[in-house]
Amino acid sequence: MAITYTSGEQVEVYRFNIPATILIPLVAVFLQAWLPRRFPFFTIFDLPLLVTIGFATARRSPLAGLFTGGLIGILQDTLTHQPIGLYGIAKTVVGFAASSLGIKIDVENAGARFLLTIVFYVLHEVAYFVIARGLVGLHMTWSWTHEFGSGAANAVLGVLVYGLLDRMKQRT
Amino acid sequence: MESVLSRYRNLIVLVGVLFAQVLGLALQVKRTSDSESSTRLIRIWAVGAVTPVEKLLLWMENSTGGVWHNYLYLRGVRAENRALKQEIDRIRLEEATMTQDAAQAHRLQELLSFKQQFIADTTVAQVIGTTGSEMSRSVYIDKGSNHGIKRDMAVLTKDGIVGKVLYVYPATSLVLRIDDQTSGVGAILDKERLQGILRGTPAGEIVLDKVMGDETVPVGEQVLTSGGDGVFPKGLPVGKVTKVMQGGELLYIQVRPSASLGRLEEVLVITKMDERQTQTDQAGAGRAADILAQRLPSVPVKPENAGDAAGKNITAPDGASPSAPTPIGAASESKKKIEAAGVSPTASVPASNSSKPGVSTPLVRKAVVSSGAASKSPDSPAGAASDGIVKKPVPKPANSTQVPKPQPVAEGTPQ
Repeated sequence: MAITYTSGEQVEVYRFNIPATILIPLVAVFLQAWLPRRFPFFTIFDLPLLVTIGFATARRSPLAGLFTGGLIGILQDTLTHQPIGLYGIAKTVVGFAASSLGIKIDVENAGARFLLTIVFYVLHEVAYFVIARGLVGLHMTWSWTHEFGSGAANAVLGVLVYGLLDRMKQRT
Repeated sequence: MESVLSRYRNLIVLVGVLFAQVLGLALQVKRTSDSESSTRLIRIWAVGAVTPVEKLLLWMENSTGGVWHNYLYLRGVRAENRALKQEIDRIRLEEATMTQDAAQAHRLQELLSFKQQFIADTTVAQVIGTTGSEMSRSVYIDKGSNHGIKRDMAVLTKDGIVGKVLYVYPATSLVLRIDDQTSGVGAILDKERLQGILRGTPAGEIVLDKVMGDETVPVGEQVLTSGGDGVFPKGLPVGKVTKVMQGGELLYIQVRPSASLGRLEEVLVITKMDERQTQTDQAGAGRAADILAQRLPSVPVKPENAGDAAGKNITAPDGASPSAPTPIGAASESKKKIEAAGVSPTASVPASNSSKPGVSTPLVRKAVVSSGAASKSPDSPAGAASDGIVKKPVPKPANSTQVPKPQPVAEGTPQ
């Protein structure tokens, strides 16, 4: 449960092979579009965001994190009817922040992952809210209760997703 | 300088990537009228990558589900079949009564030269996926431009409207649901006849906007499409009012959609709408005014033998046979006039003090609804009075032996 401060030399950096790097985000985006058809409640989850956080914290490379997040977000945007870039910007920010934090903090245990997912989920929603309202002009409403509730739900799912990603990551 | 760049490299790249995305976003927002065209290629690629897999999974799901439901899991089918047959009988009875009313309404519409939009052609489509976002309440269907789908076509289910086609791809289309915050549907309250705009909210609710605060809207009121948006034909069910709150000058009217928007499986796309004047079956049905006259109380029809004499039959002042339906306005108005003049409706009508003895001039007020019918009369007067009162001379039959005697002249009768 403890989030421990770790020096740059102590943290382990992982990588994913190319098929996993390509397929995992695609599968995440696909499931995000497919599952709500059968399970409407699934829209409260953000599977691509969890993958973004999982990749970023495992790789611990801010550049890789922001590019991965940006591409996943843009792919997610293309399936919506909103302008492309809303999820792209939000996930770029989250990818950068998660990998930057991953350098400094040990995020290997489930408790740390749970809390960090809530934090990054709220960060993602704040970024989306600001861009959507400020730049696109969408009518948005903000509810802390809803955001923290959804964040907690995503964190539970995130712990499971990160466990699956752990099986695919390779030590550098 | 170089050390600064290398030190803040990550941050600089982040700012650069964010700036590029913000710039792209701003360009799309600026082209609001046709924002899809600038990003169409990337959307086609993404949709082309995702939707084939969705279709494949749907096909597998339907195949396995079909075997299970059609051949294995048949529990309760007999009882359901019996219930459905009873439902059909009940609906048939309802249909019989409603057909009469619908036919009458169509005839009235025709008389008023009412143009209406009819659903001429539809395509059944299956929902294959969603956008997966709470900020974009849309679904993908398995029909696209190859199947004749075009932008802004209306999408509905048997329960009510779903949304409209927003983006069209060769084999799929994106349907914007009515609960999305960027959607807008012209709607009307069924009984109160108040019109408004149906919008989605960020929370996924549907509200009827632009209804003035001094109006009264009951909870449970049915909401229908008004046809004013040019997308949905008039009269399609939208939902029911679930909450009404005073929100300043306007009412906050929350609507629960009739269609289950969260669990869409099969939808109907209206691919063609005709705008034409209402056509009626002229052979089988009489005039609308005739039907109204039959339903409302009017002057009783005299027996055949009683109406032989000329000028006696007041119920048919225009010379029509007694059995023919009388226009309601004509019958009741002439009755009033004659009663006012102190003449019994069944009494003989003598010739007025006009120049031709034996030719009566009863008054006929043209009914608004029967204007078309009145013009069909061959002996209709060339010039109608400005107040809608026209004179119609009733020809005197040859066997008339009635001796005219002085009678009070009805108001409006020319002297």
